[in-house]
Amino acid sequence: MTDTYAASYDTTEGRVFTVMGQDWDTITGNAAGETERIVVNMGPQHPSTHGVLRLILEIEGETVTEARCGIGYLHTGIEKNMEYRHWTQGVTFVTRMDYLSPFFNETAYCLGVEKLLGITDQIPERANVIRVMMMELNRVSSHLVALATGGMELGALTAMIFGFRERESVLDLFELVTGLRMNSAYIRPGGVAQDLPAGAEEKIRETIKALPRRFKDTADMLVGNSIWMGRTSGVGILDLAGCMALGATGPILRATGLPADLRKSDPYCGYENYEFDVITKDTSDAYGRFLIRLEEMEQSLNIVDQCLDRLAPGPVMVEDKKIAWPAQLSIGSDGQGNSLDHIRHIMGESMEALIHHFKLVTEGFNVPAGQAYVAVESPRGELGVHVVSDGGTRPYRVHYRDPSFTNLQATAAMCEGSQIADVIAAVASIDPVMGGVDR
Amino acid sequence: MNDDVVKAGLPLLQVTTVREGMFGASGSGDTSGFGGLVSVVPVPVASAQPFGNYFDEIYAELVAALPLFKSSAEKAFDKIVVAHDEMTIYVHPTELLAVARTLRDEPGLRFELCLGVSGVHYPNQTGAELHAVYHFRSITHNRRVRLEVVAADSHPHIPSIVSIYPTNDWHERETFDFFGIIFDGHPHLTRIQMPDDWQGHPQRKDYPLGGIPVEYKGATVPAPDERRSYN
Repeated sequence: MTDTYAASYDTTEGRVFTVMGQDWDTITGNAAGETERIVVNMGPQHPSTHGVLRLILEIEGETVTEARCGIGYLHTGIEKNMEYRHWTQGVTFVTRMDYLSPFFNETAYCLGVEKLLGITDQIPERANVIRVMMMELNRVSSHLVALATGGMELGALTAMIFGFRERESVLDLFELVTGLRMNSAYIRPGGVAQDLPAGAEEKIRETIKALPRRFKDTADMLVGNSIWMGRTSGVGILDLAGCMALGATGPILRATGLPADLRKSDPYCGYENYEFDVITKDTSDAYGRFLIRLEEMEQSLNIVDQCLDRLAPGPVMVEDKKIAWPAQLSIGSDGQGNSLDHIRHIMGESMEALIHHFKLVTEGFNVPAGQAYVAVESPRGELGVHVVSDGGTRPYRVHYRDPSFTNLQATAAMCEGSQIADVIAAVASIDPVMGGVDR
Repeated sequence: MNDDVVKAGLPLLQVTTVREGMFGASGSGDTSGFGGLVSVVPVPVASAQPFGNYFDEIYAELVAALPLFKSSAEKAFDKIVVAHDEMTIYVHPTELLAVARTLRDEPGLRFELCLGVSGVHYPNQTGAELHAVYHFRSITHNRRVRLEVVAADSHPHIPSIVSIYPTNDWHERETFDFFGIIFDGHPHLTRIQMPDDWQGHPQRKDYPLGGIPVEYKGATVPAPDERRSYN
């Protein structure tokens, strides 16, 4: 045998053979009498591990005896970078963490900053309604990706096509409102970056009217489908005790029958004013989580509908000019840019306005020293932000308690003792987003 | 408990750090921006009872239950701070396990969920440079509480609470990875985000951000941590 990689060497645990495939027979003779221990490395570049997640599986035949996760492949030092930018710029970083639920990252961060500033009660009603509306639309788009990629990983390719097609219509709304499909940096400390553009409300109404019918296509295809049930029902089980011990929240926790939802128990952004149901199932398995996501999307559309009814004209940023972002965006002939009215004002009319703009945009505002923890119910569970200020214009420390990170710890508990194919279904039902896991 | 206490809700501040920068004048008439401005960095001092909200109940339950877990409030608590409607209990490292077990097991407390540990590095607080901040949530009582444990840079050891809250496994590895806090008793305290052979702990304040200057249309923009600092 001349393959230099497929060699064998001695370790403290015995002789270890490395085989790369097609060369198994070259070592079977040599390994006689040794304890067979097969460790399969799945990922980080594996199409069905949901991003750059590395699974290290010890297997016996088709049965997984031990499962471990290797993470860190998408670590980008966002929390460290934020310490070198001012508070408002932080939004552009956090939106990139969990890239499937950017509005939740932004809102959680802004709620933390607002708590330290003591302006939580001064956020205008319209800004809160827009925040809730964007978050709920985002919950729909995030759950659609969970269903789409989950379906693809289990071979239900039509679910993938449907999921991404529907998600696209939600991303169109994001683009209309914020100018960007992802990484919008739309929600800012003090409110939102800009008001809804003309025609946005009608477009949103149109979309949320069309979506339930399309969800039905996915539901008709998968709910009760014997192949889908066979792959997900009774797979990836984590009961309530397991969820509590491992800190699992979101659909995983609600699939055990516990109606834990921060929107109800600890409302923020005015969630107490909306009517919606907390969806629970009692199967504790991947199928239950799938059903929860499916039904939560309908609840979210219901909330968006209520938001549209609550939208009353008004400001979308706090009145305090020492905090509110001075510039506004507008659409010109060459695309989105700074509002020309604002540029005319600061460049031609008022030197004080120019100084004010310059100070706020380059230096930012001071946030009183202290620490705060704020949590929102993201599509994946409790998204918590620990914000520490030393009184300066930049965050002293921002830490995200990302639900993907915590929930992913449950992989071993869900997978050990099951078949390799069930690992895929279990991980898909956790719905980890590696951008959030690694930050 | 700390002696110099103030009424809850009045965050009287105690100074440990001063920070110098170019702008951000306060307290003097000099607004030129080049006055050698110095601003002080305060740390919160202890709040006194009543703490308000449900915090008094948490405190009473803890004081009553800690002896059952071989600890006491006098031994365990350094100070309690109530600010922004959040309760922070500064816990002595040796008593952390007893406090965490009390929080989890005592029926009147029942903090089922630990929301991980976040590190904060204060290089100027000599002897207390590293802070580990734990958040807990009780689903039963719908309450939250925060524990803060302090360790010196020269002896960065804090007991691991993985045996009580298994969810802290990865969280403690992350805090070790980024701050170098060693959680004694953790089953396998290894790096989790950075590569295994990485040198240093990146989230510490003495660890540079890195980056290179960027030239654009003839002008050079320095790396983020080399840029002008306002304070």
